Amino acid sequence: MPMRKVMKCNEAAAWAAKLAKPKVVAAFPITPSTLVPEKISEFIADGEMDAEFIKVESEHSAISACVGASAAGVRAFTATASQGLALMHEVLFIAAGMRLPIVIAIGNRSLSAPINIWNDWQDSISERDTGWMQFYAENNQEALDLILIAFKVAENERVLLPAMVGFDAFILTHTVEPVEIPDQEVVDEFLGEYVPKHAYLDPAKPITQGALGFPAHYMEVRYTVWEAMENARQVIEEVFDEFEKKFGRRYYMIEEYKTDDAEIILLTMGSLAGTLKDFVDKKREEGVKIGAAKMTVYRPFPIEEFRALAKKAKVLAILEKDISFGISGAVFADAGRVLVNEKEKPILLDFIIGLGGRDVTFENLEEVVEISKKALVGEKVEEVNWIGLRKEIL
Amino acid sequence: MAESPFKADIEKVQKEYGEKMTPGAIVYIPGSSVVNKTGGWRVFMPKFDKDKCIRCFMCYTLCPEPAIYLDEESYPVFDYEYCKGCGICANECPTKAIEMVRETK
Amino acid sequence: MELPADVKKRLTLPAEEHFYAGHTACQGCGAALGLRYVLKVYGNKTIFTIPACCSTIIAGPWPYSAFNAPLFHTAFETTGAVIGGIEAALKAKGYKVKGEDGIMVVGWAGDGGTADIGLQALSGFLERGHDGLYIMYDNEAYMNTGIQRSSSTPYGAWTTNTPGGKKHFLERKPKKKVIDIVIAHKPAYAATASVAYPEDFMRKLKKAKTIKGPSFIQLFAPCPTGWRAPTDKTIELARLAVQTAYFPLFEYENGKYKINMPSPSKEPKSLEDFIKLQGRFKYMTKEDIQVLQEWVLSEWEELKKKAEIFG
Repeated sequence: MPMRKVMKCNEAAAWAAKLAKPKVVAAFPITPSTLVPEKISEFIADGEMDAEFIKVESEHSAISACVGASAAGVRAFTATASQGLALMHEVLFIAAGMRLPIVIAIGNRSLSAPINIWNDWQDSISERDTGWMQFYAENNQEALDLILIAFKVAENERVLLPAMVGFDAFILTHTVEPVEIPDQEVVDEFLGEYVPKHAYLDPAKPITQGALGFPAHYMEVRYTVWEAMENARQVIEEVFDEFEKKFGRRYYMIEEYKTDDAEIILLTMGSLAGTLKDFVDKKREEGVKIGAAKMTVYRPFPIEEFRALAKKAKVLAILEKDISFGISGAVFADAGRVLVNEKEKPILLDFIIGLGGRDVTFENLEEVVEISKKALVGEKVEEVNWIGLRKEIL
Repeated sequence: MAESPFKADIEKVQKEYGEKMTPGAIVYIPGSSVVNKTGGWRVFMPKFDKDKCIRCFMCYTLCPEPAIYLDEESYPVFDYEYCKGCGICANECPTKAIEMVRETK
Repeated sequence: MELPADVKKRLTLPAEEHFYAGHTACQGCGAALGLRYVLKVYGNKTIFTIPACCSTIIAGPWPYSAFNAPLFHTAFETTGAVIGGIEAALKAKGYKVKGEDGIMVVGWAGDGGTADIGLQALSGFLERGHDGLYIMYDNEAYMNTGIQRSSSTPYGAWTTNTPGGKKHFLERKPKKKVIDIVIAHKPAYAATASVAYPEDFMRKLKKAKTIKGPSFIQLFAPCPTGWRAPTDKTIELARLAVQTAYFPLFEYENGKYKINMPSPSKEPKSLEDFIKLQGRFKYMTKEDIQVLQEWVLSEWEELKKKAEIFG
């Protein structure tokens, strides 16, 4: 029987790693993710987990060691955040290009400067072009589940791409919630052992991985990564189905809440989705036709699901904890690509919110709704709005 | 005369290698570099005087390609398909049995 | 090809070739020769990791490989970390690493990838005690990017970013002693070697395979292209580097230093013999040469003392 335990999200991620049985874990401490490798160390120390744990001297080496391990044909896992993920940046491309299905748990944290240890998504959002799949968890249970799902999708032969699972710094990483821990046997059935067919370093079958690609070949290699990411959409759906059958919890690329007759839909990712649901309930009581949506998968971008959602709304407000300077939030920019050639589309608005651990309050959300309402009646509003800014100190 | 150790591999590479992109751009045929005939780079070629050779294997040992192999009598054989003409063999030969001469093509 | 029995008997190196011709190293490349030796000794029971460097090119572009052994190309500074990951994976899979019939995990990186950008990962590899071998092939500059100075470039050398010029803007720092940094980690085994002394190098490779724990070999591998030297002088230069005590051969094992035979037993040869064969030193004044010569002799004295005290 699955057991329920009260735990922090970091612990839930460590439990997911334990259940997934990676053979190699390489990690470096960083706030707010440190507890993930700490907990894994405890599991190993207590003989509950059988993995080689490499205590590397940097995140760059953490991901490099994972790349080496994965290339040698074993399941590999690491956890990091913020500057740590940024330090991994160049190796993330290598992992994706070589089709190494590594999974990283990320306690989503802001990037310096100024140095700040609190939550936003700038770290993983900034890695959106690396060829890694990206999942965002709303709560501790989702973090555990999505790590298992990420391994399953990543190792699928039609995909073979690495994946990162993000969960908000402190809001989730350090917050205790009850989490259902699946049975090991069921996880074993779900995941199986990772046995790569495409490549692994073995003297019995000498292959070369990562050879120089001339202009005559490079583009085709990149295209195969594009293709794999396209395949991932279908595979993710299949894995969500299988996960539901095995564990009883259902995941969606985009999960909708009270959207059917909504004029305004607020879309976000991660823990903010929970807040939005409460807020929507409140506004519904006030008679506002409003709904919410949570994007669980950011890469591959759920294009069809997003278009379907957009059809329902008159104003689609994207609330995101990241900024791509000089344009907008990253999700908003992506959404523009998805809707640009649609005949009917809602007014799309971007709300930059909660950067560097700034609380997102109902007051902030009221501001979002006010601007959305104005747009709804044809008033001109800004496309990109910074919400909760302390204008008095600017 | 013994065969170049790479002859068999060339056939294998040419038979098995099609220009089909592999996931992660894996190279599946080890030693497939042999299809690349680097002999064309050569300006000076080693000219070998068997009479002076004492079969010390110096040239064979120090060839970075390798483009020198040994025949049944353990004399060096120069594989001009790969020899880039660096001249290390001539420089290191203790009996001056190898001389670098400008190649006429 | 099977060699005749009497030839095999007289050969001091394994007859098998696992480094294949058709590779794209420059003429007279010391690094290519080094790779040939490593593959001869370890055969294909080896997993190689090569960072972005000349050897990336040497091994060949897709779909070619000069290696008859598994080979992993990685980012410039990651060699130490990647071989750690590979070793951990092999252990987790229950494979035997090192020893007579075990798999050798080898990192093969240049001086820039080791002494500069890869130093941190190398330190991690040594400190954590991974059961692998890290070989730094030392050609004393960033050759693959077009001959820029590294911390392993010697005093007085021309490179493209120490170009001499009217202001006499040459390399003004002594060669970084990476091997000393390595030995400070007290690794299982550390040694210097030279492509001019294959028997010595191959003996050290064999030793590294039998010793448990991290091993390191700094292999002196002349680069005729970058040193502005004739391509046929690679071995001669590597030999002179040892005979002048510019690059003495020694081993460090169990806290003990041992200077190896090819190193000068009496007075080292004059450094000028080594310098005059290379265009990269042509801007050096008499005083410059004196500075380098003194550095070489003082380092040599220091090494001899270490061998005496910790011998």
